[in-house]
Amino acid sequence: MLRFVVRRLLLLVPILIGLSVLVFLFIRALPGSPAESLLGERATPETIAQVREQYGLDEPLYLQYWKYVEATIVERDLGVSIASRRDVGEEIKERFPATVELALAAMLFSVGLGIPLGFLAAKRYGGLFDHASLFTSLIGISIPIFFLALILKYIFAVRLGWFPSIGRVGVLTEVDQRTNFYVIDTILSRDWEGLRDVLKHLVLPAVALGSIPLAIVARITRAAVLDVQNEDYVRTARAKGLAPRIVDRRHVLRNALLPVSTIIGLQTGLLLSGAVLTETVFARPGMGTWLTDAIFARDYPVLQSGILFLSIVFVLVNLLVDITYALINPRIRYS
Amino acid sequence: MGGRLKLLLPLAAVAALVTAGIGGAGHPRGGTLVFGSSTDPVILDPILVSDGESLRPIRQIYEGLMTVKAGTAQVVPSLARSFKVTRNGRVYTFSLRKNVKFHDGTAFNAAAVCANFNRWYNFTGPFQSSAATSYWQSIFGGFKTTVGNAEAPVGQQTSLFRSCNVVNGLTARITLTKASGSFVGALSLPSFSMSSPRALQQFEANKAEIRGGAPVFTGSYGFAHPTGTGPYRFESWRVRERLTLVRNTRYWGPKAHLSRIILRPISSNAARLQALQTGEVQGYDLVDPQDMSTLRSTRGLKLLDRPAFNVAYVAFNSAKAPLNRLAVRQAVAYGLDRRAVINSSIYAGRGQVAHAFMPPTLFGYAKNVKKYTYDPARSQRLLRGAGLSLPVKLQFWYPTGVQRPYMPDPPRIFQAFKASLERAGFEIEARAAPWRPDYLNAAQTGNAGHLHLLGWTGDYADPDNFLGEFFGAPKPQWGFNNAKIHNLLQRADGETNAKKRIAMYQQANRQLMEFLPGVPYAHTKPGLGFRANVRGYIPSPVSLEPFRLVYFGGGV
Repeated sequence: MLRFVVRRLLLLVPILIGLSVLVFLFIRALPGSPAESLLGERATPETIAQVREQYGLDEPLYLQYWKYVEATIVERDLGVSIASRRDVGEEIKERFPATVELALAAMLFSVGLGIPLGFLAAKRYGGLFDHASLFTSLIGISIPIFFLALILKYIFAVRLGWFPSIGRVGVLTEVDQRTNFYVIDTILSRDWEGLRDVLKHLVLPAVALGSIPLAIVARITRAAVLDVQNEDYVRTARAKGLAPRIVDRRHVLRNALLPVSTIIGLQTGLLLSGAVLTETVFARPGMGTWLTDAIFARDYPVLQSGILFLSIVFVLVNLLVDITYALINPRIRYS
Repeated sequence: MGGRLKLLLPLAAVAALVTAGIGGAGHPRGGTLVFGSSTDPVILDPILVSDGESLRPIRQIYEGLMTVKAGTAQVVPSLARSFKVTRNGRVYTFSLRKNVKFHDGTAFNAAAVCANFNRWYNFTGPFQSSAATSYWQSIFGGFKTTVGNAEAPVGQQTSLFRSCNVVNGLTARITLTKASGSFVGALSLPSFSMSSPRALQQFEANKAEIRGGAPVFTGSYGFAHPTGTGPYRFESWRVRERLTLVRNTRYWGPKAHLSRIILRPISSNAARLQALQTGEVQGYDLVDPQDMSTLRSTRGLKLLDRPAFNVAYVAFNSAKAPLNRLAVRQAVAYGLDRRAVINSSIYAGRGQVAHAFMPPTLFGYAKNVKKYTYDPARSQRLLRGAGLSLPVKLQFWYPTGVQRPYMPDPPRIFQAFKASLERAGFEIEARAAPWRPDYLNAAQTGNAGHLHLLGWTGDYADPDNFLGEFFGAPKPQWGFNNAKIHNLLQRADGETNAKKRIAMYQQANRQLMEFLPGVPYAHTKPGLGFRANVRGYIPSPVSLEPFRLVYFGGGV
């Protein structure tokens, strides 16, 4: 197991080199540069040349790349945003917790609701509940996140006024920022009113972002439960007179959750990318809104470091999923 | 010092007092206004920013020697009571307002004025980056020295600023290196607001470094201790969440009605509208054209018009035949159905037909210019009279992937103009290019065909920021060299007699519409969205609204 983990971690090195080159080239392949973005109508060939020179964008690509790598690795400096002039490393430190908080809330929503839904659908196989849940999950998978987010916002924030429509907290809530995970921060400072406000701000984005994983988790659970409940050991358990509830809990659900756990792991990574859209719609100050704005501003330092950071997280989450998978299922051996 | 031409502005001073009294007594005091901004300010040190979202709070915290009268582009004294200028137009003596204090309790006086000007003029290193002091560099040119400045602007110019002297406690004298008529107007830019010299020093406003080409300010002044004389003072700033300002109870003039203003950054236009609908914000700027009908029709919300301070135009490249001939340029002007475009759904009732390259709200605007009403038959006669056979081929460029207040839908505007020109005897070859970088590059270098669409939103209330910017010198974009026009605009910029200056810009407007370097076609009114109970917000053409006048009134 240790060898497996070390090997996977070593594999990160070529992956990161490849990723950094790709990200570096992709963002420079976009039309325009920070110069045109900063200057707009005021752009003249002279001012564009001046700004390009200032940011070293007039140098050959390989040299720009080398300077970027040197600064990142040797000086441990992720750079400074061209648009906001803020330190990219500091921004990540403050924004990433917002995104993780949202992704975890969405995952909690999708797992918490998806597993019971899938289980019940399998138990009522072929019935109305089963068909209804299949149909709903199909819609859940098909509907674009940003569209669902807008609809949810319109109904529950604008029309009904049950939830706020923007931000992580209300303007009058002061969160004592210790970890930048506001749920944890408010609990640590025993600010229950603040916690309520933070949770209220999480509900709609988490539901919007969790809709696709919810549908997937429900469908996989349903299929797995259907498979498992026809297994010999389940029949044996029933034959020896175990109560149906205990059979379901100990034998059916436990075994059916194995494929579900894989899906949950994979979806967690995907949630980070889905958060980009959700954050923009709900104006949550996370990695998503930051990167979206950076694309429009052609803010190279933010895009380079932000995308690379998210990629590393994605790779690490996948590694974590593989490890957890082995722990859950002792039959799996990595070599 | 020679004879002095006294340009005391008694009327303007009266106007300032009247403005200060707007809102007056009797309005309910207190309350918190949450305003949706599009992003966080960059920094709250006035001289270091030029973007609207930084200037919005700066306008509330700070004041400059001059300002603009609420709701207009008229420059009036602010911390200065009046000024005099010598006949040679180089020495300005400002008489300052009494009993004004900075938020840290220190006195505002002539020494503070000179401390601010000297700070700007003596900037070195990272502060000389164009990303740091953009407005200083565009108005005043260079700095005292470029010592230790690895990032100095290419072709460092001599600064317009020469020196600032304290004449007495409340009189400061600023000497320029050459006459400039636009100097006083430019002082109304919030970037040239006065900071407390003590706070600047105490909170290390002059500390910065260059990282990755960008200037990074390492002192805490602009992030945690911005100190001006304005009606609101800084309370707190939680980046990405809110910036809070509180009423300055020791303000020298009529005090603000609201106790607090919170600026909340929301980058998505749709999210700003929805936040207004839910009441999470009570106002926001930069309303999308498609959201205007929602704001008008929703009970409890309202749409305010910002007076037009922009111009959209069809530029001609007069270096390219056949546009080098006046008759052809006139034929194009008569062939553009501007009224139809302005009255169409493209502008959604927000536009007015432009007859000059500057907005009518600005001094120097001339009503009696030659006008070109759509007349396709006349266009055809002009073309035939010029010996050309119809249709006359022209290449017409328009940008894609962009929306500007003055140009809400470039492809549709282009289509409308193309159709009207083709009825007027032209054959139009369409060329589209992405706004950045292709289109702007092509336009600025004179490579955007015969005709192209473009426009401009003014930075400050001076015609030089429009006419001087476009036609102050020959530019490849326009492809003409007309000494009469260029010289007139250069002289107008240097003229310090207000009356003469106005007359010169009026003359320039008339000459331009005779010469026709292009055809201005629209001025538009951007919109602001508010809850209906927000009163006293007076939209400013130059986007400098004083929140001091805002209060919550009755109504839904």
